[in-house]
Amino acid sequence: MTDLTSAGGALRRRPKQRAGLAGALPVFFIGLFFIYVLAFLGGPALSILFQAFRSSTGHFTTQYVDQLFGHYYAKTYATTAALSAVTALIGVVAGLLTAYQIQRQSTPGWLRNAVNSFSGVAANFAGIPLAFAFISTLGTQGMLTLWLKAAGIDIYGAGFSLFSFWGLVLTYLYFQIPLMVIIITPALQGMRREWREAAMGLGGNGWHYWRHVGIPILTPSVLASFILLFGNAFASYATPYALTSGLVPLVPIEIGNLMSGNVIADPQLGNALSLGMIVVMGAAMTLYTLLQRWTGRWQKR
Amino acid sequence: MAEAIAFPPGADVAPPAPPAPAGRGRRRPNVMSVIWIIIVATFFLLPLLGTAVFSLWAGGDRYNLTNYAALVKTPEVWASLWLSVQLAVYTVVISLTLLIPTVLFVRLRAPWLRPVLEVISVMPFVIPPIALIQGLTGLYSVPDAPLAMPIWFVSRPEFMVIGYVILSLPYSYRALDVGISALDVSTLTQAALSLGASWAQIFTRVIIPNLRTAILGATLLTFAIVLGEFVFANILLFNTFAVYINYIGQVNGTEAAALSLFSFFVTWLGMLGILAGGGRGQVRTGGVG
Repeated sequence: MTDLTSAGGALRRRPKQRAGLAGALPVFFIGLFFIYVLAFLGGPALSILFQAFRSSTGHFTTQYVDQLFGHYYAKTYATTAALSAVTALIGVVAGLLTAYQIQRQSTPGWLRNAVNSFSGVAANFAGIPLAFAFISTLGTQGMLTLWLKAAGIDIYGAGFSLFSFWGLVLTYLYFQIPLMVIIITPALQGMRREWREAAMGLGGNGWHYWRHVGIPILTPSVLASFILLFGNAFASYATPYALTSGLVPLVPIEIGNLMSGNVIADPQLGNALSLGMIVVMGAAMTLYTLLQRWTGRWQKR
Repeated sequence: MAEAIAFPPGADVAPPAPPAPAGRGRRRPNVMSVIWIIIVATFFLLPLLGTAVFSLWAGGDRYNLTNYAALVKTPEVWASLWLSVQLAVYTVVISLTLLIPTVLFVRLRAPWLRPVLEVISVMPFVIPPIALIQGLTGLYSVPDAPLAMPIWFVSRPEFMVIGYVILSLPYSYRALDVGISALDVSTLTQAALSLGASWAQIFTRVIIPNLRTAILGATLLTFAIVLGEFVFANILLFNTFAVYINYIGQVNGTEAAALSLFSFFVTWLGMLGILAGGGRGQVRTGGVG
C-alpha cells in the first residue's frame, strides 16, 4: 500500500485509454489461460480418446479397448486397483489413528507440530528418491536388512521382498499415511468438544458419543479420503518403476513401456490403457466431489 | 516426487493446530497412544536413518563423506541438476504469467468463472502425468501428429515445460487463489485506478507486492515438482535430475542414497513454500478479508 500512495501523486490520469485497456485486458488474460488449458490439457485428453478407438487405417475400432478386458491387461488393472485399495485402506486406518492421537489434548504441542509438518513433507516425498530410500533400508543389501541379519533375523530368507506387491505396499504407505493425516486433520479439528460434553450431559458414554455423533460425522470425510488415497496410488509411476522394474504389472508402468518402445505394439494400445486410467481417475474424482459436498453439508449446520 | 505431490489439491494443508487447552482438562497420555506414536515414528524415521547411514557407507566398516565428495565432483550430477533447475524456472515463469492475471481478473470481473477454474485445477489429477505425456506427444510430437510442432522444439527438453505447467497447475492455482482471497482486491484496484494507476502499475506495485508470500509458495512448490519429475523425462529420454538419480541407482546404490536424501530436503523446502503461501504476511485492507 505504501508503494501506491507514494506513487499516486505522480501519476497522470488517462481515462480514455484506461477504459479501453481495462475492458480488453481481463478478456485477453483469461482467454490466454483457457487457450493454454484447452491446448495442453483438453487436447491431449481428446487425442487419447480418439486414438484409442482409431485403427491403423484410420477407421473406428474397439479392438484396443477390447484388449483392456483381455486376460493380461485385466490382470494389470486388477493388480493396480488391489495395490491402490490395500494401501488406501491401511493408509486411512493408520492415518486416522495417528491424526486422532495427535489431536488429543494430552499430546504435547511440539509433537503435534512435528507430525503435521513432517506429514506435509512425507506425503510429497515419492518417486525415485523414495524408492531408493527404501532400497537403502530394506533392499537385499539395505541397512535394516543387514542389521536384522546380524541380529539373526533373515527377512529375505523368511520370504519378504521389497520388490514384490507387499514391498510396494510398504513403500506406498510412506506417502499414503501422511497424506491421510493431512486431509483428515481439519475434519478432526472440526469436531467440537461441546458435542462430546452434550452427549455426556445427556447420560451417554464414550461409545454412545462415537456411535451417534463421531462416526456419522466423520464417515463422509473418511470415505472421501479413501478415494483420494486410492487415486494417489493408482497413478504412481516412478516409485514402482524404480522398485520393481515391471515385476509387478501396473497400469502406469505398462503405458510407459508401450510408449518408450520396450514392447513392439500399436500406439493405440497405450492410448486405450491411458483412457482406462482416465476413466478410473475421473470416477474417483467425481465420487470425491460428491462426498465432499456431503461433508460440507454436515459442517455447515 | 511430482506424481505424488498430494493427489488432491483439496489437500488443504493442515492449519497450525490450536494449542492444547492448558489446565484442568489436561490428561496424562495413555500407554496405547504412546505405543502407537512410537510405531509410527519408527516406520517414518527408519528409512531416513537407513538412507543416511547407507549414503555414508564407504565399504567394509568405513563410514565417511566419500560418496558426497564423489557426487560433487561428477559433472553429470551438476548437468542434470542444472537442466532440472532451468526447466523449473521456465515452468514458474509461464505458470505465474498465466495464472496471476487470470486469478485476479476472474475475481474482479468474472466471479462466475471461479467454479470452472476450480474444476480445471483438479483435472491434472484425472489425467495423470503418464496419460498427459501420452496425449501431448500423440497430439504434438510424434511424426504423424495432427498438430505437429517443429521438430527442433519437440526434441528439446524445454518441450516438457508445456506439460509441467499443467502438472503444477493444481498447486500454483491453489496457492495464488488462497493468497488473493486474503486480499480485498476490488477495493485495492479501485483505489489504484482512482489514483490514476494503469493496469501495469497495479500489477507491479499493488497486486504482486501484496501477493508475494503466495507467489513464493507457488514458486517453491512448482520448483519441487519439476525437480522431482520423473515420468515425462524418463519416457522422452531426457537426462533430468530424477532420471539421473534413477540411473546412478543402477550403478551405485550409496550415491543414489545420498542424492535421495538431498531430494528429501528439496521437498522439505518446497513444503515450506506451502506454509509460506498459507496466508501470513499479506497486507489486508479493512472490511472483507
